[in-house]
Amino acid sequence: MRADLEKILKSYEGKKGVLIPILQEAQRKLGYLPPDAIKEIAHFLEMSPSEVYGVATFYAQFLFSPPGEHIIKVCLGTACFVRGGRKILETVTTELGIDPGETTKDCKFTLERVACFGCCALAPIMVVDGTVYSKMTPAKVKKILKLYKEER
Amino acid sequence: MTPEESSAPPEDGLKALKRDDKPVICVGSATCGRSAGALQVLETIKKELSNRRIDAEIIQVGCLGLCYVEPLIYISKPGHPCVCYRKMTPELAKELINDYLVNDDPRPDLALGIMDGGKMEMDNIPSIWEHPMLKPQIRIVLRNCGLIDPENIDHYLATDGYLALRKALQMKPEEVIDEIKCSGLRGRGGAGFPTGIKWEFCRNSPGNEKYLICNADEGDPGAFMDRSVLEGDPHSVLEGMVITAYAIGASTGYIYCRAEYPLALERVSIAIQRAREHGFLGKDILGSGFNFDVSIKQGAGAFVCGEETALMASIEGKRGMPRSRPPFPAVSGLWGKPTNINNVETFANVPVIISKGARWYNRYGTEKSKGTKTFALAGKVKRTGLIEVPFGSTLRDVIYGIGGGIADDKQFKAVQTGGPSGGCLPAKLLDLPIEYETMENAGSIIGSGGMIVTDEDTCIVDFAKFFITFTQQESCGKCVPCRVGTKQMLNVLERITNGEGKLEDMDQLQRLAMTVKNGSLCALGGTAPNPVLTTLQYFRDEYEAHIIDKRCPAKVCKALINYYIDPDRCVGCGICLKNCPVDAIEGGSRMIHVIDQGKCTKCGTCFDVCPPKVKAVIKVSGEKVAVPENPMSIVDYKKSKKSKESEGVSE
Repeated sequence: MRADLEKILKSYEGKKGVLIPILQEAQRKLGYLPPDAIKEIAHFLEMSPSEVYGVATFYAQFLFSPPGEHIIKVCLGTACFVRGGRKILETVTTELGIDPGETTKDCKFTLERVACFGCCALAPIMVVDGTVYSKMTPAKVKKILKLYKEER
Repeated sequence: MTPEESSAPPEDGLKALKRDDKPVICVGSATCGRSAGALQVLETIKKELSNRRIDAEIIQVGCLGLCYVEPLIYISKPGHPCVCYRKMTPELAKELINDYLVNDDPRPDLALGIMDGGKMEMDNIPSIWEHPMLKPQIRIVLRNCGLIDPENIDHYLATDGYLALRKALQMKPEEVIDEIKCSGLRGRGGAGFPTGIKWEFCRNSPGNEKYLICNADEGDPGAFMDRSVLEGDPHSVLEGMVITAYAIGASTGYIYCRAEYPLALERVSIAIQRAREHGFLGKDILGSGFNFDVSIKQGAGAFVCGEETALMASIEGKRGMPRSRPPFPAVSGLWGKPTNINNVETFANVPVIISKGARWYNRYGTEKSKGTKTFALAGKVKRTGLIEVPFGSTLRDVIYGIGGGIADDKQFKAVQTGGPSGGCLPAKLLDLPIEYETMENAGSIIGSGGMIVTDEDTCIVDFAKFFITFTQQESCGKCVPCRVGTKQMLNVLERITNGEGKLEDMDQLQRLAMTVKNGSLCALGGTAPNPVLTTLQYFRDEYEAHIIDKRCPAKVCKALINYYIDPDRCVGCGICLKNCPVDAIEGGSRMIHVIDQGKCTKCGTCFDVCPPKVKAVIKVSGEKVAVPENPMSIVDYKKSKKSKESEGVSE
């Protein structure tokens, strides 16, 4: 972790307004923001770790525990809501036995609820690891989850 | 309508998508197209062309806005018009290559229309610009979306791209500002502040170092205009930014774009590279001595960062919390320097206004709202997608004309504009012309351009609760009215949807809403109550039904609905029993099934899985349905029913 982080930090030396880009890059590399990374970043920017946490926890993007192998995002934007997005979320919740923000015990799936992906015309939307699935139905959810569950 | 007023491109407008030497196949591969399967279609086309050794150019284009028939592909054969095909699948794409590219059958059955402007026709395929979704549109911001390769700057140049920049650089900055002021352009991010006046403030602010920010943090759920423009025509936004920077005297620019838009981020970053290579960005732009460069800042998932002071705090690396104004950003913005912030769509308008002139532009629209506005039309309309209409068009023109009316023959209930900051307008306001002032007077706002249509299946109280849940979660917590007020409003709405509402709750909601509206620091809090206020105003009867009759007219609120199995329709197949997640259904083979109301969690699974031919599960609100207390055999039930009937009829 240290080497990765050092490399990232080095590329930001002498620049201003870099805390959020650093956090984003660190999370991209590490998958989440472990306490040691926060400390390291704080040290680099001559801030206290609590200040860094203060910023990081403000934004929905940052994770503080390792996510599962697959990240499932269910959209509950207005169009998805009107077209039954809540039912899609309920189906995923029941199928995986976790609530939004949680990770399954086997660390296979993390479930997130998202405010809008901007695919409103094809609502409701579900995104698995960046692949956007449109016009979802509970049956489609089950089928897609099965594919990910069965892969080795 | 004069030819100039049609949304069709000029006759040579498609030249980027046509070649004399070989066919060109375009795949609409913006995020919406991709989610409908555009990339699979693209892969199939590539494979099929190589298998058949056909030499053709493949181009990925942005979104044409007809999202409901995605994925779209267009095929131009040399000497033929360019034909747009809808709802493509890998199989259909293979058929098209065989039938049209190899043979000469353009497959009118799969075609949506001819893309060329003018009067090109082929095999009775109509012009796409006559399509009811496109015909009423005036496409200024979306002029190139779906018609050029957004990653290829030559395509943008071929549509007179960056000519406006050349023109602007020969004008004095003040003249550029005057032109924009004269055009009547107002900020498209939601507030509708006159753009030219905003620029002038910034220009007149003392200081050598000034910043320009493009707000691409399209956070409103239900809005995707900015995403489509950035994905489909990023250079139009960049060109608008360079012209603006020249006018206000800024040398550094930022595009603040949300992380949820990876494709937009990618395409903008390519566009910035190309623009630099061509001398449209960087030092001494086009030999004018003017320097300006842009970098991208990625948002990190906070709705409030769409507010300009919060956005700047976020760029500075802080928590994205708004601050009070004044000082306005034009005086003291990013890092304390004069800063001008405009929205993506505002920038995309600028090159056209400079090229064609303010007087050309302000022919469109109404007295106070000039030009056009893009809308993300979604929800329960037949044709969903991205559209652009002149101000002054009515809600009915958009929903029924362009959108084709309500899907599945349902009843229109409300149209929600402006996202969580906007309001819900009822059927009686459908003829309202879309203008900044009229919408605001009706209690809603135009906002950034989200337009969600709901039908009878949407519970309006639940819908208001949805928005307040969102704003309550996204409130940054800095000021009390917003932080506590939205939570209190949510509590009341939860009480009402749980069937525990009291009559005085409506007055309390109204009072809370006014406190939040008047007392909040920024626009997030200031507009958060709009969905509640408008629904209280226009749909009071639905609130009353929940509170007084304990009934949810749309049959949505779980506490107020029940599921029953109609004994006259149940065939005893047992599908509902097998699927019930809480074992609340009793029954057996050839038995009438019964739902245990005490155990039922009202998840609706039985309602969804009951075979459509049987349709035995019914959903009711506020009424009791006579069903057997325990499961009984269908034969016995029918016998007892018959004997009951014959008792009533003496022989």
